[in-house]
Amino acid sequence: MKTFKSGGVHPAENKLSANVAIQPLQLSKRVFIPISQNLGAPSQPVVKKGDEVKVGQLIAKGEAFISAHVHSSVSGKVFKVDEVIDSSGYRRPAVIIDVKDDEWEESIDKSEELKKEISFSKDEIVKKINEMGIVGLGGATFPSHVKLMVPEGKKAEVLLINGVECEPYLTSDHRLMMEKAEEILIGTKILMKGLGVDKAVIGIENNKPDAIEHLAQLCQNYDGITVQALKVKYPQGGEKQLIKAVTGREVPSGKLPIEVGCVVNNVGTAFAVYEAVQKNKPLFERVVTVTGKNIHNPQNFLVRIGTPVSELIEAVGGLPEDTGKIVSGGPMMGKALISQDVPVVKGTSGILLFNEQESHRAPLKACIRCAKCIQVCPMGLEPVLLAQLSDHQKWDEVEKERVMDCIECGSCHYTCPSGRPLLDYIRLGKFRVGQIIRNRSKN
Amino acid sequence: MNEVLIIAVISLGAIGVIAAIVLFFVARKFKVIEDPKIDVVEEKLPAANCGGCGFAGCRNFAEAVVSKAKKEGNLEGFNCPVGGNEVMGIIAEALGLEVEESEPQVAVVRCNGSYQHAPKKIKYEGPATCEFAHNLSSGESGCPYGCLGLGDCVRSCQFDAMYMDKETGLPVVIEENCVACGACVKACPRDIIELRNVGKKSRRIFVSCINEEKGGLAKKNCEVACIGCQKCFKVCPFDAITMNNNLAYIDYEKCKLCRKCVPECPTNAIWELNFPPRKEKSDKKPPLKDKEAREAEQKKPTEKASPGKIAKEKLDADKKDNKDIIN
Repeated sequence: MKTFKSGGVHPAENKLSANVAIQPLQLSKRVFIPISQNLGAPSQPVVKKGDEVKVGQLIAKGEAFISAHVHSSVSGKVFKVDEVIDSSGYRRPAVIIDVKDDEWEESIDKSEELKKEISFSKDEIVKKINEMGIVGLGGATFPSHVKLMVPEGKKAEVLLINGVECEPYLTSDHRLMMEKAEEILIGTKILMKGLGVDKAVIGIENNKPDAIEHLAQLCQNYDGITVQALKVKYPQGGEKQLIKAVTGREVPSGKLPIEVGCVVNNVGTAFAVYEAVQKNKPLFERVVTVTGKNIHNPQNFLVRIGTPVSELIEAVGGLPEDTGKIVSGGPMMGKALISQDVPVVKGTSGILLFNEQESHRAPLKACIRCAKCIQVCPMGLEPVLLAQLSDHQKWDEVEKERVMDCIECGSCHYTCPSGRPLLDYIRLGKFRVGQIIRNRSKN
Repeated sequence: MNEVLIIAVISLGAIGVIAAIVLFFVARKFKVIEDPKIDVVEEKLPAANCGGCGFAGCRNFAEAVVSKAKKEGNLEGFNCPVGGNEVMGIIAEALGLEVEESEPQVAVVRCNGSYQHAPKKIKYEGPATCEFAHNLSSGESGCPYGCLGLGDCVRSCQFDAMYMDKETGLPVVIEENCVACGACVKACPRDIIELRNVGKKSRRIFVSCINEEKGGLAKKNCEVACIGCQKCFKVCPFDAITMNNNLAYIDYEKCKLCRKCVPECPTNAIWELNFPPRKEKSDKKPPLKDKEAREAEQKKPTEKASPGKIAKEKLDADKKDNKDIIN
């Protein structure tokens, strides 16, 4: 069984909602759509207070190269263009819309019918993906059209579709692969055409045998697409780890995957691309897993962007009594939310509820130099050294130790028998070194 | 036996002589002529190497001072915050110049979001550094502008002039020890600490809040936040108060310490330090308890122990605690 070589951990999988079909969540009364939901430059709002909007209407424009448009996920009246709390507790600009009915833009094809034929050229596909505001739905929210524009002198050879879903608990990609497999395959075809490659591999971890079987069967009708089963290991869903696992190639330090001829997209992105190109539907809803050991009926919801997290929790029966932490994303890389008012954004893959006992960190002890963190680091870094240097503010040495290569998977902190906050210090180092590098390139 | 000894002595001696000649010429060729005044100036400086003057250390400051004196014949723009006017006067004298007296300054903490005023809503379990906590989230109280209470400023202080108050969770400046080197200002990721003129009899009035959110939002997280109501702005007879982004700021150069703005503030966000108690009783708003306590601590040395000593004890206890957290 293929997998990446160095490092990795295997946390308890806890895929509680793996067999629960995707259900559309009831529309909220008011949605809060942050106007900047992607990596790169912030977008600019194009609606104002009192405007009537329809589902799928453009509400914020991303004009910079690395930026994405944002569309309304509901129909109704713009209550105001203000600020809304984000997952970190800081306020970010957002469009707040009072929901009325569910009136879609006429250009969107609402039918369930499968549209297999791809009638667009390469440039049209890229343009369409840009227009529909598609970003990477794996979590990093990198604008998808940028990925399709291969820089000059580089050549894309293979497209990797990421169906790994290595984070414990989350099942949104798994369900999508089970229920929308054809659409994902057509989306993959579109991405292949957009990139100009004739080979695509869908990487799926071995703990989803049903999805592997289902997709492998359907693949036979699609030239060039194959399914690759992978050994269960976290963080296999990381771009660089997936490339290593599937193709055996290693992305050089500080470079992008295109350096080794690879482009990686999530299955969710492939589905969104299908809807955008074939059905003219902008990215305004996504599948979100709502799960946790305390919840009786974990669910996979199809949620409109901007819906407050509190409504998702309400839909699974309300907040259980001894909830200690609400996490947006998976338990390994997710972020603890500061309030239930935080809206679902394009990058929200799951809402995870921890009970009081699960939500606290292990007591802090001294480092015993066991080097387990070094063993599990998938990027071949030395987390203990990086954390120490960062604690002592030796930024130049932190940079020399390749801190910017860290993918923040958290394996080091997870595995540390002394419960040292290694990733926290490495993040601090990354932040500072990033600042230093930016200043250097300015001067 | 003797022969070996003689050869050794002669050869070593020869090497010595040759090396001496080489070194003599090298020393001549690469001689650095340094102004003896630099040494003189450096001697007068406090040798704290704190960097408060903007130079890496006292030696660099001395070099810069001497070169400026040589070139322009004045010491404009140079100030040793640790030594203050006294030391600058001595230096000027040594260089045969006159120095303009600069107003002494002191660090003030512009946040009053104590545990009491801005209760914790979430629990932070990460490493005890403000910088990381600031990048991670808006903090335990939810105020994105307020003090995180993890003590980066206290750790940066080289003069034992700050400590964390355990009861309020806020840093306190010990004015006697503060030399206004600005290390804490740089260390604070939220720019809460500001250097302000000490003022007459070290009396100061300032807005103890830097929250730029709209009033309601600010008040939601902290009951002593500046809500941008402009009451102080309207009452100030000297135009010392400016309003910017829902936040009042008192210019210490223009402020005449009339204290008219203090009772106007509906949230008690304006602080007066080291003033005698007011004559008329303002029964409308009794000053907040912990504010009083903090003022008293800063104001007067008790008979038994000086504030410096109390602070030192607290500081040691604090350091011990921090150590526990870090290790």
